[in-house]
Amino acid sequence: MTQTAIKDLLYKMGDDALILGHRNSEWTGIGPTLEEDIAFSSMAQDKLGHALACYTILHEHLGEPNPDTITFGRTAQDFRCSHLVAIPTTDYEIALVRHFLYDHAEILRYQLLQQSTFRPLAQLATKIKGELKYHVLHADTWIKQLGNANDETAQMRLQTALNELWAYALGIFEPSEHEALLQTEGVFVGEAKLQDSWYESIKHILTQTNLQIPSIETTPIYGGRKAYPSEHLAPLLQEMASVYQLDPTAEW
Amino acid sequence: MYGGGYIFDDEKNKSQATRVQDDPELLAAFEARIDRGEKIEPHDWMPVEYRRQLLRMIEQHAHSEIIGALPEGTWITRAPNLKRKMALIAKVQDEIGHGQLLYAAAETLGKSREEMINDLLSGKAKYSNVFNYPAKTWADIAVIGFLIDGAAIVNQLANAKGSYGPYVRALKRICVEESFHLKQGHEAFVYLATGTSQQRAMLQDAMNRWYRPLIHFFGPPDTISQHTEKLMRWKVKMASNDDMRNQFLDQYIPKIQEVGITLPDPNLRKNPNTGIWEFSDPNWDEFFAVIRGNGPCNKERLAVRQWAEENGAWVKNALLKTNEKYTIPLA
Repeated sequence: MTQTAIKDLLYKMGDDALILGHRNSEWTGIGPTLEEDIAFSSMAQDKLGHALACYTILHEHLGEPNPDTITFGRTAQDFRCSHLVAIPTTDYEIALVRHFLYDHAEILRYQLLQQSTFRPLAQLATKIKGELKYHVLHADTWIKQLGNANDETAQMRLQTALNELWAYALGIFEPSEHEALLQTEGVFVGEAKLQDSWYESIKHILTQTNLQIPSIETTPIYGGRKAYPSEHLAPLLQEMASVYQLDPTAEW
Repeated sequence: MYGGGYIFDDEKNKSQATRVQDDPELLAAFEARIDRGEKIEPHDWMPVEYRRQLLRMIEQHAHSEIIGALPEGTWITRAPNLKRKMALIAKVQDEIGHGQLLYAAAETLGKSREEMINDLLSGKAKYSNVFNYPAKTWADIAVIGFLIDGAAIVNQLANAKGSYGPYVRALKRICVEESFHLKQGHEAFVYLATGTSQQRAMLQDAMNRWYRPLIHFFGPPDTISQHTEKLMRWKVKMASNDDMRNQFLDQYIPKIQEVGITLPDPNLRKNPNTGIWEFSDPNWDEFFAVIRGNGPCNKERLAVRQWAEENGAWVKNALLKTNEKYTIPLA
């Protein structure tokens, strides 16, 4: 029973990291400045590394298939990522604000997981939080720079992105059916507590800018954690697995 | 990666610069420094033509890096396993980083990154021809990573012994990263060559398509290449097109053949008497047509770069009007 709950937790963490890493990598070569192009590519690699680490625990400790099969061999219904990470981005402000909202949640999640009674996850959390520190530092720097610039276009773009993504961001914290069990067993303190810490954390940054924080009472966009994937996920997976699926038994 | 030995020259600029007469004493002192193997630094005196040729070469190199990121970049989202996906992002990221380094080196000669990008988009500045060909399948990524990067290393190792300090220092850093690109490209190449029949066929098809662009890579033969002598005297250019091409063929043809991949040229062979590789006429008219903008992907490449510049313009504008002041290091 606990094992099912841990698997569910690892799948949603791994899937979020995989899909966001994939989306971030779409900026490689076409970022708004060369420096930012390079930064997004770095974070994309880290995110894919985090996904690989989660899938490796699933494979080595919990009897799930190998990481490549998990990554390339599932359908959209099998994924547990939030709708936030699957949103296509051709506008940099969407990529930036999503990165800001997501990484604040991610670093807090891994910080909390350092106390997890499930040892492989606690060890992973200790390893990963150092990388996430830089992701959050990067996001905060840009949100403050652009969110404070004497530039109406930048203000408007960031505010619009924040408003559009807000309900999706709240969807990161969609509770699972295993919340109580994970808490009792000391695996994870739960999504509700994570959301509270996240809200305080992003408020601390956003209040240093000219941006308005949307209401925390906004209805979240849920479903991603419970086999109701974003409409954008299936096309993304189809593209991602297009070479792999030519011959899933081949070594590439 | 860099695009080979051919530096496109604009006839108009060329005629203006060659009319300038450098002070003969300064020129003699400059050439003596070059002969002694000294590096020329940004604030040193240099001939007008040296500055012009170097700037053109470094700028063209920088453009080749950021345009070269595009054909490979399109395969990041389709890489067939997590390892290849992460490696390809890292590889393409390096190329953008090389662009950044090289634009900085070129800026020491007096032209801003913005001016260079504008000249790229207007078609005034060129980049390596090889990036005007499409990457059609995953096997193209293996061929590019292995052979285009391999060819680029031949060129860049030679130029890293050149005379201009900022360029040479940038090239040394670049070459270290390129050697990893080559390794990952070679590994992907070998996996396909020793894989299923479908994978081998995919690789052979890619090899057939990239053979001619690879022969073109180092530029036209020395017999018709225009501006080599003075550039070599000043250590701007360190080896002739034909010499570099021959070195590349000598190093890589055996590695391609040893995994059972063939090359689509019945006349390709190393002449045992001269030690020189011979090949069929690679149609240099095509090479010049592609340089003039008529290759299969010229328009697409510039359109994507144009999109990136336009789409990112608001970010750059806002950064110029920021209220944030950082007085301590970020981390």
